Amino acid sequence: MAAAGAAATDLEVVRGKRAALFFAAVAIVLGLPLWWKTTETYRASLPYSQISGLNALQLRLMVPVTVVFTRESVPLDDQEKLPFTVVHEREIPLKYKMKIKCRFQKAYRRALDYEEEALSSGSAQEAMLDEPQEQAEGSLTVYVISEHSSLLPQDMMSYIGPKRTAVVRGIMHREAFNIIGRRIIQVAQAMSLTEDVLAAALADHLPEDKWSAEKRRPLKSSLGYEITFSLLNPDPKSHDVHWDIEGAVRRYVQPFLNALSAAGNFSVDSQILYYAMLGVNPRFDSASSSYYLDMHNLPHVINPVESRLGSSAASLYPVLNFLLYVPELAHSPLYIQDKDGAPVATNAFHSPRWGGIMVYNVDSKAYNASALPVRVEVDMVRVMEVFLAQLRLLFGIAQPQVPPKCLLSGPKSEGLTTWELDRLLWARSVENLATATTTLTSLAQLLGKISNIVIKDNVASEVYRAVAAIQKSAEELASGHLASAFVASQEAVTSSECAFFDPSLLHLLYFPDDQKFAIYIPLFLPMAVPILLSLVKIFLETRKSWKKPEKTD
Amino acid sequence: MAAAMPLALFVLQLLGPGGWCLAEPQRDSLREELVITPLPSGDVAATFQFRTRWDSELQREGVSHYRLFPKALGQLISKYSLRELHLSFTQGFWRTRYWGPPFLQAPSGAELWVWFQDTVTNVDKSWKELSNVLSGIFCASLNFIDSTNTVTPTASFKPLGLANDTDHYFLRYAVLPREVVCTENLTPWKKLLPCSSKAGLSVLLKADRLFHTSYHSQAVHIRPVCRNARCTSISWELRQTLSVVFDAFITGQGKKDWSLFRMFSRTLTEPCPLASESRVYVDITNYNQDNETLEVNPPPTTTYQDVILGTRKTYAIYDLLDTATINNSRNLNIQLKWKRPAENGYIHYQPAQDRLQPHLLEMLIQLPANSVTKVSIQFERALLKWTEYTPDPNHGFYVSPSVLSALVPSMVAAKPVDWEESPLFNSLFPVSDGSNYFVRLYTEPLLVNLPTPDFSMPYNVICLTCTVVAVCYGSFYNLLTRTFHIEEPRTGGLAKRLANLIRRIRGVPLL
Repeated sequence: MAAAGAAATDLEVVRGKRAALFFAAVAIVLGLPLWWKTTETYRASLPYSQISGLNALQLRLMVPVTVVFTRESVPLDDQEKLPFTVVHEREIPLKYKMKIKCRFQKAYRRALDYEEEALSSGSAQEAMLDEPQEQAEGSLTVYVISEHSSLLPQDMMSYIGPKRTAVVRGIMHREAFNIIGRRIIQVAQAMSLTEDVLAAALADHLPEDKWSAEKRRPLKSSLGYEITFSLLNPDPKSHDVHWDIEGAVRRYVQPFLNALSAAGNFSVDSQILYYAMLGVNPRFDSASSSYYLDMHNLPHVINPVESRLGSSAASLYPVLNFLLYVPELAHSPLYIQDKDGAPVATNAFHSPRWGGIMVYNVDSKAYNASALPVRVEVDMVRVMEVFLAQLRLLFGIAQPQVPPKCLLSGPKSEGLTTWELDRLLWARSVENLATATTTLTSLAQLLGKISNIVIKDNVASEVYRAVAAIQKSAEELASGHLASAFVASQEAVTSSECAFFDPSLLHLLYFPDDQKFAIYIPLFLPMAVPILLSLVKIFLETRKSWKKPEKTD
Repeated sequence: MAAAMPLALFVLQLLGPGGWCLAEPQRDSLREELVITPLPSGDVAATFQFRTRWDSELQREGVSHYRLFPKALGQLISKYSLRELHLSFTQGFWRTRYWGPPFLQAPSGAELWVWFQDTVTNVDKSWKELSNVLSGIFCASLNFIDSTNTVTPTASFKPLGLANDTDHYFLRYAVLPREVVCTENLTPWKKLLPCSSKAGLSVLLKADRLFHTSYHSQAVHIRPVCRNARCTSISWELRQTLSVVFDAFITGQGKKDWSLFRMFSRTLTEPCPLASESRVYVDITNYNQDNETLEVNPPPTTTYQDVILGTRKTYAIYDLLDTATINNSRNLNIQLKWKRPAENGYIHYQPAQDRLQPHLLEMLIQLPANSVTKVSIQFERALLKWTEYTPDPNHGFYVSPSVLSALVPSMVAAKPVDWEESPLFNSLFPVSDGSNYFVRLYTEPLLVNLPTPDFSMPYNVICLTCTVVAVCYGSFYNLLTRTFHIEEPRTGGLAKRLANLIRRIRGVPLL
């Protein structure tokens, strides 16, 4: 009976042990994964390796150049070799992780009959008027004319037209192709990609030391821009100012923006602000009985005015402000002084990435004629000349570095040549790619560093889309399709910013660890302690029973 | 702002000569007015209205040009295709019982109601975006407007302006009662005024005075109105309104007299040169009917009578555009004085400052015989900072007793006594003459139950959960893992031994 009892007890002991082991197993096999799964933050997978690969992206900017040789431009035996293609590749040295190579693919061919005909006319300007066919964005056509052609003035070697064409004088020489090739490269660089343009575009991403504030002048690339013209009248009691802004916008600004429309959407509006003062008191100069604003004071002018300008509530695009300031009677006339103390001819200045301010003095004769307030009609031609020049600067359309002995055609009525627009698109594409890459890299870094951040599927898909768009844009750049490359680069920026600023990233970011422990410990401690204790007990007993047989032996 | 640099002139080939446009009549106009109404309770209400009218279709065209109409709001109208927009921010509550009916009604907090054009396809999306933009413009938390607090009333909110059809699908209405109105809401509101706060009536809008009031309500109303009598085309009207009620006792040091300077700490110095009409109306109705007389200074040039809100009212008008109004003294400070000598009463009130000083209310009242006088004070329960609660906050907080000091007429005329010689118990309070005696009564202290938070709630929950889990789980665990076996009884319990003892005595076999 005792044996039976002992056997029953042993059975019970074994059952207890098994139960304890089973508890431990359930807790470990079922409980732990369940807890892990239900409390983990959802993190969709991201293309980390591709993102890090973007940093070492090699940008190859291909500029297709069609070189057309007229009959007497090069020696006859050289003409026999046409057509053929020469590639000129050069790395643009920038202190930037992205390697940028510039590649001019020159397709040499003979001139067609109608081209010969056009080029035999009076002067280069006329010849360019009837350009043969619409050329793709970013491509160039260079006509090589005979050495003694009267198309260009005698002392000029080349001519850059208002569209995507240029004319280079040929040479009768054994090395004709080499010499002409070098000239063509010079002209093509001036018209498309130079180090300067790219450096300005990448100014935000380059180390500070090399590129000065001058380079940071252009607006950052964006999908669209808002342009606001504001007339500031701080003294409506004395001046009744009228400006024909509607006519001026229609006549001068809109053509320019239409030409620029490939680079983004533009919206223009204007407002008149009364009692809007500048932030600084001008200095009185008794010799000329006029007031002066020193150059070092100019930065302080903007901030007080800006609070009145009104944020553009209806859109997220960057705003360019152009202010026309009619100084109050007590501070008239008002002039802006440059560094040397001489008055600035235009009486205007601009602030990088913000806009421009022009001071418009009321003609002093007006005060004698009539009682206050004096009616002032603003001369919009004078004003718009200044504002349009500032607009060009703020968009980063700089004066090109013209090679020596080159004739530069002025822009047409809209104030912008086609190749200037192309150059802007090149720069903006590169800038967009750099911005998108930086955004994605920092996002990947951030997500890698902080494991609390939830990554939702829509964020992940935006990241994938941005990466794909960057790659597509780089490919399009390498194959010389500027327009589609620019569109893809814009898409890359939009998607990457969309992912980076997604509000869902912040959901769990500020959930501190100590609160987590405060919640988990009361749950885990009472469960874990018995399991651990019984495990320890079972382990000790097992070891004892393992040791026992050794002793008996 | 980075360095600004002078610009080298870039010569452009500009086509054509700059057009000198003919002097066309202005397409927008501004009217401003201030109505000052002394209220029945003795407080003073000031109502500003600034009305900008713009003869423009404001359609969604590429270029828009603003003069008096603020650009920020104009852009909203065209971008979100608004037909009407009504936004008000109010602090306090208009007490109709004491103050009479208000000119402009607004609920406490922020109220926004918008009629969209019928071209809007997704009204809810536009509504959401619009409230977000407005919250940016007015620095308010209108971004908390979402579907949970938005309604589409079908009867109560009709368009105030021109409207051909009133399909309620295009109406959205929301109120945020929690919204606290403060200076940061007033500043952007002031910026929308053409004269900013530099000239005209808007110089009076000084934030620290406007928010030191019993009631503050500012609003923006945009609506389309008829441009001419035949209503062939529409104009847009922007009304910016602001009503405040000044507490007469705080601003007037207990007197009912008031002046512009005393209320706003500013006076009117010059009219806004952009305004086509700039007037101050002072309500002088009540004083003709009452036997009280009052004096308005400077004397008004004209008066205006009309039936307003059901009663006939008389207003004194001061026209700022009239050069005589301001030129006399370089500024205009309208004053109102009560000619009747004030009643033999006195009220001194010193409001409390949080954590610095308590309220003090002193009243000198002459009580009629056999009357009951009740003085009641309303208070609001507020939550303290959680470290400021006493160790037993549920006990309540004491409000010190009120004091009643009185000179009570004596029944019997007492003879004048020698102050030094009289018994001590009767000589603490000096008595001027024998006909009355001095009494000071104290009321009971008041024990106010303030709302107290549950300080230990989160910890309790955690501990409770912990206990429940530990008890359930622990007993289950024990039950399942422990080995139970039957213990063979070696010696019996006390009862058994006792039974055996008795059995042994009786000679019966043991158990």
